[in-house]
Amino acid sequence: MLIPCPYCGARDAEEFSYRGDATPVRPDAAAPDAAEQFHDYVYLRDNPAGAFRELWYHSAGCRRWVEVERDTLTHAITATRFAAEGRRA
Amino acid sequence: MSRLEKNGLIDRTQKLRFTFDSKFFEGFQGDTLASALLANDVKLVGRSFKYHRPRGIVGGGAEEPNALVELRSGARREPNTRATTAELYDGLEARSQNRWPSLDFDVLAVNGLLSPFFGAAFYYKTFMWPKAAWEKLYEPAIRRAAGLGRAAQEADPDIYEKANAFCDVLVIGSGPAGLSAALAAGRSGARVILAEEDFAFGGRLLSERTTINDAAPTEFVDKTLAELRALPNVRLMRRTSVAAIYDDCYAAVERVGDHLRTPEKFQPRQILWRITAKRAVLAAGALDRPIVFGGNNRPGVMLAAPAQTYINRFAVAPAKKMAVFANNDAAWTTAFDALDAGAEVAALIDTRDTVSPTLAQAAQDRGLRVILGGEVFATKGKCLDSIELRAAGKTEILQVDGLAMSSGFSPNIALTCHHGGKPVWNEAIAAFVPGECPPGLSVAGAATGAYSLSDCLAQGAAQGAQAATEAGFKATAPDTPKAEDAPRALKAFWHVENSKGMAFVDFQNDVCAKDVVLAHKEGFVSVEHLKRYTTLGMATDQGKLSNVPGLALMAKQSGKTIAETGTTMFRPPWSPVALGAFAGHHRAKDFRPARLTPTHALAEELGAVFVEAGPWLRAAYFPRKGETNWKQSVDREVRAVRESVGVIDVSTFGKIELQGPDVGKLLDRIYINTFSTLPIGKARYGVMLREDGFVMDDGTTARLGQDRWIMTTTTANAAKVSQHLDFCLQNLWPDLDVRMASVSEQWAQIAVAGPRSRGLIAQIVDDASAVSAENLPYMGALETTVLGGVQARIFRLSFSGELGFEIAVPADQGEQLARKILETGAEWDATFYGLEALAVMRIEKGHVSGPELNGQTTAADLGFGRMASTKKDYIGAVMARRPALTDPDRMGFVGFKPVNPKEVLRAGAHVLAKGAAATTENDLGYLTSATISPTLGHAIALGFVKGGAARIGEILRAWDGLRGTDILVEILAPAFYDSKGERSNG
Ligand SMILES: [Zn+2]
Repeated sequence: MLIPCPYCGARDAEEFSYRGDATPVRPDAAAPDAAEQFHDYVYLRDNPAGAFRELWYHSAGCRRWVEVERDTLTHAITATRFAAEGRRA
Repeated sequence: MSRLEKNGLIDRTQKLRFTFDSKFFEGFQGDTLASALLANDVKLVGRSFKYHRPRGIVGGGAEEPNALVELRSGARREPNTRATTAELYDGLEARSQNRWPSLDFDVLAVNGLLSPFFGAAFYYKTFMWPKAAWEKLYEPAIRRAAGLGRAAQEADPDIYEKANAFCDVLVIGSGPAGLSAALAAGRSGARVILAEEDFAFGGRLLSERTTINDAAPTEFVDKTLAELRALPNVRLMRRTSVAAIYDDCYAAVERVGDHLRTPEKFQPRQILWRITAKRAVLAAGALDRPIVFGGNNRPGVMLAAPAQTYINRFAVAPAKKMAVFANNDAAWTTAFDALDAGAEVAALIDTRDTVSPTLAQAAQDRGLRVILGGEVFATKGKCLDSIELRAAGKTEILQVDGLAMSSGFSPNIALTCHHGGKPVWNEAIAAFVPGECPPGLSVAGAATGAYSLSDCLAQGAAQGAQAATEAGFKATAPDTPKAEDAPRALKAFWHVENSKGMAFVDFQNDVCAKDVVLAHKEGFVSVEHLKRYTTLGMATDQGKLSNVPGLALMAKQSGKTIAETGTTMFRPPWSPVALGAFAGHHRAKDFRPARLTPTHALAEELGAVFVEAGPWLRAAYFPRKGETNWKQSVDREVRAVRESVGVIDVSTFGKIELQGPDVGKLLDRIYINTFSTLPIGKARYGVMLREDGFVMDDGTTARLGQDRWIMTTTTANAAKVSQHLDFCLQNLWPDLDVRMASVSEQWAQIAVAGPRSRGLIAQIVDDASAVSAENLPYMGALETTVLGGVQARIFRLSFSGELGFEIAVPADQGEQLARKILETGAEWDATFYGLEALAVMRIEKGHVSGPELNGQTTAADLGFGRMASTKKDYIGAVMARRPALTDPDRMGFVGFKPVNPKEVLRAGAHVLAKGAAATTENDLGYLTSATISPTLGHAIALGFVKGGAARIGEILRAWDGLRGTDILVEILAPAFYDSKGERSNG
């Protein structure tokens, strides 16, 4: 599978490490229900058959975390971006 | 000899000698083993899998189910090689397999006589009971009786490569469609790879007598190849089988040296190619299929299309006198070609009642006897000597030694299914055609079910041009040459009812028509179940011939159509791939690269014994003269450190350089303890957690300047921690102004420890005062120079528990530094020590390491509870406060020593109370690290016990069910040696 890294271009999936769902956001530790929120953040994951936003780390390349939009049924990749982009406040 | 006197694509000037079952034969350059055997009238080539029935060559390529041989001998012996794909070379050795004592007389052929008892799932049913007999009795006996060939018993002496290729258009197959596609794409300037499984390009054009532009088809092949060869953007790869389609790549096996007796020196035997192609055109052609009738497996019965190949391409008459039995026009051309080549054809039996007048005329012109509406229902002879047929209510026996059969063609669609695409049944040609194809793949020619030569040429050109266009090139389909189209009509026909003798569906697995019927009666109504139950379509040929006839029989049983019945899934690979090709160079020591420390050569000089530590090769200990076992060496090394000075290479630790104004903030968030307050010139021990609250790694981080920090990690977690930091910086806190880089490879790090270490280091640094106790106190860090100007970082750290220094220098200076230290320290017998001594000393000191950081332990479990800040959030902070993780009854970190000091403790033992049974409920904990301390003179261990430090002083048991020991132990605080740390602080 080829993953188009926004920095390096299309590279083989072997160069990447997989993390999973890109959507969970690390909760605020000071929130009154922080324990529940962290439980969900650490353990609860959807496993959709179809469109999925996920994180890949270009470990054998530019070391950037890349957010990949991939169809889990076909492995078709529709978009990639640096993970940091969507997150910088 | 059945070699025809003229024609054929063999080089009669190049005689090749070979042996089959130790008998010498001759063939020609251009032969396969199969064609050479047929030319020598060898018809019996193997025994079948289950019944040990005599078998002959039935196909012409990868589809061959019968002619499986052991090729070569000794370490190169390869079982289950299809004689039809083995290119003949001088000195080839082949043996028949699955027969005993000989191919001609096989004792186990008695299985065939017992066939009424050997129905579908015979093995499952018969050998189920008693269960114990399976392993001891049945399985070994069955394996001997029903096996294929024998694998070599020695290591494979050949080299296998893995390689990558990139192209715009990959064309799979080089028949009329493939050649046209490659030409159309190649002319546009696109990078084209044309992959052909065979050793000759041309596909069916090599086998059929037709015309293209009024000339022989081989002329078209030669002309096209000449043009393709002249194009620098086209790469022709013959002997290359595209075996699988994965995501964004094609896997192909190139048989580089298989046509040679042994590969040339340094030449690989095979290359496993990973081909990345923007587009691909599948032009893999189609395969002829058998008819299911009584005795259809007898040597001498062959598929019609391969028979035509033997006649036209290899100039071999498959029989002296043959008959043809078919349901389609194409098989008629086999009869015509046999006649035209001078062979005798007794009759052509067609199941259809009528055929086209042109076809009938062509037969009449040749004087060929045609029997319409006929069926062959029995055969006779060990090798075929007669067939029995019926037509128009009468039966007749024909004396023939060859029968070409055909139930029509099946397109080679396997590759189109590798992404899950389902083939579609096409009633008009009674075959499955491609359904949804993998992205980027289109299909042309006979593989689509378009069998006429003009269609193949036109489709190939169109698909080749389109593929190149989609890959970004300006391409137009070249004009299709004028081609003579052979008739291709067909009427579906699968099975001769009321046959005499066993009617085989799957030759390789000995599955008969009655087995399919039985499976259906027993309720196996799904095709996938049918396959597993009867083994139909398994093994090397994966049902290339048997699949469709088997489905047809099944459909008939259930009263469904074949379309409704569906087909089993085609999975990679298309044809068998040698395991060596998958392994490539990754064998034995080269299984993965070994990482060597900067002082590796020095350690070798000193006679080190090395041990694999993850990917690293590290010195375990350094035996000296007179030492007879490793413990003596290790104890001496420990004593040297405790009493004088020792030296060890610790370069394998992960080292991460961190820079920027926010490094302190980052460290506060990833370590349980606070780092932002760390003064410049100091190092601090830190523990980091995973977000689930368990410990991930530990190590020291030093502050070298206002915005410059250097972190160390454990050897094992170096890459993981680096990835973790990148995750934190890029995903969690992209606002932090921090830059980081792994510098593990850039710095060599040498630890010098022991009471004499300061005196020694003072002679290594350029400015001796730099390492004075005042300038560099315990946990101090500074940058200076050593060895006359070599940049260095010195840390006052100690893993051994003695006064210690770690000196980091650029990696290429590491060996020089270590040599200088040993040379300077000679007066104190400065001793290079290894991992074993290091492990002994850290256990004596109660320092945690890999066995304790096992992913199941919290900071509190390890005794770092008080280190954890309560004033800040950090990774894992919230989850570490979960009730189960803060339960005071959790297993906590302690030390153990045997009550009887003569006893030896071992890691892995479980802790039990006195008198308690060894059950999971009674489990109190476990030992993680153990050693015999040379300093204390008895065994000690580290580990975890319920309640932790609260149990100090108790006497419990270390029970080791694996090694059968049960030892009384006293629970101690984990630091056995210098528990106040006075020695390292000095
Ligand atoms: Zn990249």
